[in-house]
Amino acid sequence: MKVLVPVKRVIDYNVKVRVKADGSGVDLANVKMSMNPFDEIAVEEAIRLKEAGKADEVVAVSIGVKQAQETLRTALAMGADRAILVVAAEDVHTDIEPLAVAKILAKVVEEEQPGIVLAGKQAIDNDMNATGQMLSALLGWSQGTFASELDIDGDTAKVTREVDGGLQTISVKMPAIVTVDLRLNEPRYASLPNIMKAKKKPMAEKTAADYGVDTTPRLEVVSTSEPAARAAGIMVGSVDELVEKLKEAGAV
Amino acid sequence: MAVLLLAEVTDGALALDATAKAVTAAAALGDVTVLAAGASAAAAGAEAAKIAGVAKVLVAEDASLGHRLAEPTAALIVSLAGDYEHIVAPATTDAKNVLPRVAALLDVMVISDVTAVVDGSTFERPIYAGNAIQTVKSSDAKKVISFRTATFDAAGDGGSAAVETIGAAENPGLSEWIEDKVAASDRPELTSAGVVVSGGRGVGSEDDFKLIEGLADKLGAAVGASRAAVDSGYAPNDWQVGQTGKVVAPDLYIAIGISGAIQHLAGMKDSKVIVAINKDEEAPIFQVADFGLVADLFAAVPELTEKLG
Ligand SMILES: Cc1cc2nc3c(=O)[nH]c(=O)nc-3n(C[C@H](O)[C@H](O)[C@H](O)COP(=O)(O)OP(=O)(O)OC[C@H]3O[C@@H](n4cnc5c(N)ncnc54)[C@H](O)[C@@H]3O)c2cc1C
Ligand SMILES: Nc1ncnc2c1ncn2[C@@H]1O[C@H](COP(=O)(O)O)[C@@H](O)[C@H]1O
Repeated sequence: MKVLVPVKRVIDYNVKVRVKADGSGVDLANVKMSMNPFDEIAVEEAIRLKEAGKADEVVAVSIGVKQAQETLRTALAMGADRAILVVAAEDVHTDIEPLAVAKILAKVVEEEQPGIVLAGKQAIDNDMNATGQMLSALLGWSQGTFASELDIDGDTAKVTREVDGGLQTISVKMPAIVTVDLRLNEPRYASLPNIMKAKKKPMAEKTAADYGVDTTPRLEVVSTSEPAARAAGIMVGSVDELVEKLKEAGAV
Repeated sequence: MAVLLLAEVTDGALALDATAKAVTAAAALGDVTVLAAGASAAAAGAEAAKIAGVAKVLVAEDASLGHRLAEPTAALIVSLAGDYEHIVAPATTDAKNVLPRVAALLDVMVISDVTAVVDGSTFERPIYAGNAIQTVKSSDAKKVISFRTATFDAAGDGGSAAVETIGAAENPGLSEWIEDKVAASDRPELTSAGVVVSGGRGVGSEDDFKLIEGLADKLGAAVGASRAAVDSGYAPNDWQVGQTGKVVAPDLYIAIGISGAIQHLAGMKDSKVIVAINKDEEAPIFQVADFGLVADLFAAVPELTEKLG
């Protein structure tokens, strides 16, 4: 079985995001970019499936600017076998919407015929939480979202999902789209030898046009602004003072 | 213009608070029809009919809709979509599972976690863990939207909408429910509680998390946790507050032994009053706190629990 893992290049989760002064977006020039943390978890899970003998090939795919090849190299260094870069934008500030990403991924799936697609639950830049579900709809496949456990057994997979009320376990028919949550696993670090090896692994380069997908956004970004700032607070010296302040503020 | 609102129904029961908050947001878009779907959903539908501002309720009862599986629920919504310009829901995990699937089947974008309605096609939503607010204008014929409940007040009661029973759509039969693991609790629900007491890695163990729970019970509060506390097994996953957990905006939020990573702040920084207790005076949580106390939580929390109330 082949595993397809879509990985997105996003601003590193440790970077403090700055909104551009003209309100046109956030500043991504000269900012540290990394693989979306959820996608690292998806890559890790795919590699574990291969190590467990349940998968024979792990293919990473990224859609976006040319620089996304760095993200793909990270996936290869972790242990993915090959990569597909789909160039769909030139400016690093252009975000391809989940619907367009899902349409491109659907074409990649048609070509590659994976047995499962492991995506992240959400990209930490647009916080959309949509691509996996959309891909699943376009393909007419089953979906298991927000997975904290995954157990593939022949033509079904058992997925434990993190939901508002706790945990839900479902069984999905294969082939399936599974989106992964934070507690599925702890991704490995790529070792230096593996980083070197990754440079030689194959990376195909395509464009959105190759797949005939129109990536024109459906949502026009009218403006991007800073959230309202909180008024400065005060430090209290003791529990007694805290209780007093809370009572004054009518909070207790 | 007509709005179809997917009610939050779990095991036949309506999540009134989440649904009523989404009604408030949806009412700005047009006449609201609420869809109550489930293996049993009549009681939930009857309750939804009493929410002020609801024009109509559709009740769909079918075994295939019983466990909020995405495929049959999305199929049902798509079968109804023709009559509506907006298809909306509270931004719960159930809705986030279903709505993007609905949107893709309709060939439109989904607009997740909307915090403000500017007009019928223009919406505000937080991006980058709430570090920026984006205003987007949709060019799609239908808008599929989830509303972040923490930012809207719940619609009141006093409604008396007509209730109509409808059938389910064909179940694509792609997935099956196995089990739910839900801890019963007498505490208020995290996303609707007026007071939330949260613990982080600093609490140190599942046993010591009882300190947090004790303070919460004294205040009639819900209990929250940071990701680190959940990952370490001190607290269950459904207590996680943050970018990828629950978003809360209570009147009072008390963060204990939590450093204040942006991913945590994303889930609580709109709370009315924020209290932080942390032994490290440099902890970033103090930058958003109205009242900060530099102290060892093992001394401060028992004292606070005793002196409150
Ligand atoms: C993709 C992604 C998504 C994430 N989503 C979330 C999310 O939704 N929610 C979330 O919370 N995090 C999330 N995180 C994790 C986040 O980045 C932080 O790692 C996490 O919030 C840290 O939790 P913490 O503050 O409990 O732990 P720490 O950062 O370790 O802080 C512990 C604090 O406890 C204090 N302390 C220790 N002992 C005591 C004591 N005896 N008395 C008083 N204070 C004490 C310390 O001074 C410290 O400030 C996410 C991360 C990623 C990468
Ligand atoms: N441009 C992209 N390239 C590759 N994968 C993507 C891209 N956008 C989204 N994804 C995948 O879809 C998941 C959810 O993203 P989103 O729906 O944008 O929150 C991510 O974690 C990735 O696995």
